[in-house]
Amino acid sequence: MDRSRSSPLGRGLVHVALLAYTALCLAPVLLVVVNSFKSRRAIFAAPLTWPDASSFDLVGYRTVLGQGVFLNYFINSMIVTVGSIAAVLLFGAMAAFALSEYRFRLNTALGLFLALGIMVPIRLGTVSILQMMVAARLVDTHLGLILIYTAQGLPVAVFILSEFMQGVSKDLKDAGRIDGLGEYTIFFRLVLPLVRPALATVAVFTMVPIWNDLWFPLIVAPGEATRTVTLGAQSFIGQFVTNWNAVLAALTLAILPVLALYLAFSRQLIRGITAGAVK
Amino acid sequence: MSMKAVTSWALAGVALAAVALPARAADATLTIESWRNDDLPIWQEKIVPAFEKSHPGIKLNFQPTAPKEYNAALNSKLDAGTAGDIIACRPFDASLDLFKKKELTSVNDIPGMNNFGPVAKAGWSTDDGATTFCVPVAAVLHGFIYNKDAFKKVGIATPPATADEFFADLDKIKKDGTYVPLAMGTPDQWEAATMGYQVIGPNYWHGEDGRKALIAGKEKLTDPEWVEPFRQLARWAPYMGDGFKAQSYPDSQNMFTLGRAAIYPAGSWEIAQFESQAQFPMGAFPAPVPKAGDPCYLSDHVDIAFGMNPKTKSPEAAKAFLTWVASPDFAKLYSNALPGFFSLQTQPIDVENPLAKEFVSFRKDCKSTIRSTYQILSRGTPNLENETWVESANVINGTDTPEQAAAKLQKGLDSWYHPAK
Amino acid sequence: MTDVDHLALDAPLPALAAPGAAPARRHRLHIAVFLAPALLVYTAVMIVPLFDTLRLALYTRVDGVSAFVGLANFRALFGEPRWSEHLWSALGNNLVFFLIHMLLQNPIGVALAAMLSLPRLRGGAFYRTAFFLPTMLSFVIVGFTWKLILSPIWGVTPMLLGAVGLKGWFHPWLGQESSALITLALISVWQYVGIPMMLIYAALLGIPDEVVEAAELDGITGFSQFLKIKLPLIWPTIGICSILTFVGNFNAFDLIYTVQGALAGPNFSTDILGTFLFRTFFGNQLQLGDPNMGAAIATVMFAIILVGVSVYLFGIQRRMRRYQF
Repeated sequence: MDRSRSSPLGRGLVHVALLAYTALCLAPVLLVVVNSFKSRRAIFAAPLTWPDASSFDLVGYRTVLGQGVFLNYFINSMIVTVGSIAAVLLFGAMAAFALSEYRFRLNTALGLFLALGIMVPIRLGTVSILQMMVAARLVDTHLGLILIYTAQGLPVAVFILSEFMQGVSKDLKDAGRIDGLGEYTIFFRLVLPLVRPALATVAVFTMVPIWNDLWFPLIVAPGEATRTVTLGAQSFIGQFVTNWNAVLAALTLAILPVLALYLAFSRQLIRGITAGAVK
Repeated sequence: MSMKAVTSWALAGVALAAVALPARAADATLTIESWRNDDLPIWQEKIVPAFEKSHPGIKLNFQPTAPKEYNAALNSKLDAGTAGDIIACRPFDASLDLFKKKELTSVNDIPGMNNFGPVAKAGWSTDDGATTFCVPVAAVLHGFIYNKDAFKKVGIATPPATADEFFADLDKIKKDGTYVPLAMGTPDQWEAATMGYQVIGPNYWHGEDGRKALIAGKEKLTDPEWVEPFRQLARWAPYMGDGFKAQSYPDSQNMFTLGRAAIYPAGSWEIAQFESQAQFPMGAFPAPVPKAGDPCYLSDHVDIAFGMNPKTKSPEAAKAFLTWVASPDFAKLYSNALPGFFSLQTQPIDVENPLAKEFVSFRKDCKSTIRSTYQILSRGTPNLENETWVESANVINGTDTPEQAAAKLQKGLDSWYHPAK
Repeated sequence: MTDVDHLALDAPLPALAAPGAAPARRHRLHIAVFLAPALLVYTAVMIVPLFDTLRLALYTRVDGVSAFVGLANFRALFGEPRWSEHLWSALGNNLVFFLIHMLLQNPIGVALAAMLSLPRLRGGAFYRTAFFLPTMLSFVIVGFTWKLILSPIWGVTPMLLGAVGLKGWFHPWLGQESSALITLALISVWQYVGIPMMLIYAALLGIPDEVVEAAELDGITGFSQFLKIKLPLIWPTIGICSILTFVGNFNAFDLIYTVQGALAGPNFSTDILGTFLFRTFFGNQLQLGDPNMGAAIATVMFAIILVGVSVYLFGIQRRMRRYQF
C-alpha cells in the first residue's frame, strides 16, 4: 500500500480545503449550542463569544425541560425510527434483489410502480392514510407511524439498492447455485453482506426524514404517549415564539440526540462501507 | 377503489364506539384542540384546575398545535374522525366551512349565549346570522406600544394623536439616533398587513361603514379611503431598522423588548410576553387619526372561540364545558390569566394589567371594527387576505406603489367577487 | 465474510453487465416472497391513499357536495391567470432551485468524496461526520438556525463581514426578491451535500485497488487519475445522485415553508411547486384548503417528475456502462 505518491504540499492543500468545509458545516450548529448557554442580553449583545461567568445562564433549558417529558419523546422517536429503518432495509433489499436478479414478465412494470412513490409526496395522501389508521385502530401507536415511514422509505431504498445489487458479481451467485445454495441463502448469505455499504447508506438516508418528520406524528400520533422529539421541540419553535433562550435550548436538545445517534451509527456505516470495498 | 370500503369500515368503527360508550357526563375527558400553544402553561396552571374543580367528573386535556399547522392538521383530523372534542375556532370562513361540513355543531342552545352581542357572534355565525356554531372567547385589540424611556429621551411629552404628529415624532426619534423609531419587518408579510394596514386603515375607511360598503360593492379598494392607508404605510419604511426586509416577527419583538426600538405596532396578545421581557416602562396609543378631531376607529378583532366536534363521545360534558366558557366566571378568569385577550361578553370585565387596561380604554373613544378582509371577502381565489399580506409588504419594500397595490387587490377581488348591486 | 469478498474480486473485470439477467427457471415462488412484503406495505399505505387523493383532481366541491368535473380543474390551472401565474412562477423558481443544486451540491459532493477517499487520509472519520451533520438536522433546525445567522437584528453575519472589512456587503438576503431564492437554495445545498458525498464516497471506495494500481503503473496519478480512471467508474452513482436531487427538489417544501412561511415571500419570489401545492391543498390563514385544485397541482408535479425520471431511466441510465467487480 505504498502507492500514495502525492506531495506533502498537495496533502496540505487537501486538509485546508477539508477543514474549511468542516468549519462551514459546524459553525452554525456551534453558534446555536454556545448561545443556548447564555443569558438573553448576552445572546444579543455578543453572539460570537463563549459564555463566561457573567453571561452563563441555563434559563432556556429550565424553560424547555420544565415543559415536557423529553426523555419519553426521545424513546418514542427511537422506537419509530429504528423500527422503520429495519423494515425498510429488509423489505427494500428483498424487493431490490428480486428486481435486479430475476427476469420475469412484470419486472420493469414493478420497478416503475415502486418508483412512483418517489415522485409524489406521501403527505398528499394524509386524509386517506389517517382514515385507514383509524379503521385499523393504529392512531396514536408506534406501529402506525412505522408503517407510514416504511412505505415512504421503500421506493428510494429499492432504487438505490437495486443499483448496487446490479454490481454484485454474477459469477459469484452462479457459483453459489452450482454449490446447491437456495435463492434465499444466496440473498441472505452472499448478496446482503456484499451490499452492506449500500445498506448502511440507505439506513442513514431513511433515518433523516423519519427522525425529523413533524407532519405524521402531528396527525397520526399526537398523543402524549407517542409524541416524538421533533414534535415536542416544535412547540417551542412555532411562529409566535420570542423566547430565544428557550428556542436555542430546544434546538440544542433536538440536535444532540441526532448527533449522538449518528456518531453511534457512523462507525457501523463506515465499517459497512469499507468492508464492502476490501482494501 | 377499495377506499370506499375502508372509509365505511372506519365510520362503522366510530359508530360502534359511540354506541358502546353511551355519553356519561361523569368521568369524561375532553380533548381541546387549539392553536394557542403559547398558552399551554396557563391552561395547565389556571384554567383547567378551575374548570375541573367546579365540574367533578370531567377532565380537560388541552392539546395545542403550532398556529402555522393548526388549520391543516385540524382539518385532516376532523375528516378522519380523530379530532378532539372541543375545537378552537378561527373566525369567519375557516370555521363556517367546518360547520357546513357538519364538523361543528350549533351552539344556539348553550345557556349563556345571550351574554354575547351580535358583533361578537358575527365571527362564528352563518351569513344570515341565524346559527352560531362557536362560543366566542376573546378579541385582540390593535395599537402601538411605545418605550416610555425613549419618548422621554427625545422629548415627546404625549403620544401622537394624528398622522402628522406620528411622523413628526418618528422624525425626532430618528434624528436622536438612540432608538430605531419603528420595530417592524416585512419578510413575514402578515405583520405588515395585520399590524400595519389593518391598524391604521379603519381611520381612513371609517371602520365598519367602509368594511360593509366594500362587501356590498359600494366602495372599491382603489377608492381614496382604501389607498390612503397604503400611502401612509409606504412612509413607514425609512423609520424601520436596517435590513427590515429580512427582519422577522420575532426579530421585531426582540428589537423592541431589548430596548433598541421606540415604537412597536402591536396586537394586544403581545402584552404578557413583553411585560416579562422588557425592562423599561411601556405605554400604548391607538392608531393616529388623519386630522385632529377626526373620529377614531379601533381594530378590535374577534379572534378565538370554542366549538364542539359533533363526533365527540361525551356531548354532555362538551356542552357543560361550552356553558362554562359562556359564563362571566370564565370571562374574568381568561381575560386576567391571558392579558391582551379581551372577553367578548357584553358585560365589561375588570382587567387588572395596566397595559391591557390602556388598550381596553381605546374602546371608550374609538369605534370598534374587525379586519376588513375577514368576512366574506376572502372566500375566493385569489384570496384577499393573502394578497393583502403580500401587497402590504410590497408597499413598504417599495416593490409596488400604493396605487399599484390597491389596483392589484381590486383586480383579484373582481375576478371572483360580484356583490349583488 | 472476507472469503466472499475475495471471491467477488476474483471476477474478471471490467465486465459489462447484462441488465437484469439471471437464469432461475426452476420455480418462481421465491420471487413473489421477495417482493411481497415491500409491495404490500407500499401499495396499502402509499399508493392507494395517493391515488385516492389524485383522483380528487377530477372533482370539485360545491357547498360540501363533491361533483365530477373532468379536466376542468386542469383547464383552470393552465388557463386562468389567477392559477397559471402562480404555477409558472413556481415552476420557474423550482428550475432555478434545481439548477443551483446541480451546479453546486453534486460537484461539491464529488470533490469532498474524492478528497476523503485519498488513501491514508488522516482525520477522515472526523471530516465525514462533520460533512454529514447538516443532513442529519431537521428543516426546523436548519431553517431557524440560518434565519438567525442571516438576521440583521442578531447581527452575526454583519459582524463577521465587518471583521474582514466587508460590512458593506451585508444585505438582508432572505428579504430581497432578488436574492431570497438563491439564499434558500444555498442553505438547502449546505444541508444536503452530505448525501451525494456519502454515495459517491461509497462508490469510490468500491473501486478495486487493482484498477488504481494499474493506472499508477501507467503513470496516471493525482487529479488526472481521478478524471480518467475513477470518474468514469462512478458515473452511475452520480446519476443516482442527480435523479434523487431532481426528485427531491421538485418535491421540496419544508425548508421554504419553515423560513419564509406558506406564502413563500417576499412577493412569492421563493414560491416553488411544493409550497404552492401545500398552500392550495391545506389552505393558509383565511384561505380554505382546496383538495381538488391541490390534487390537480399534485398531478402536474407528478407528471413533471415522471417525465424527468423516465428521461433518466430510459435515455441516460441505459447508455451508462456499468462495471461489475
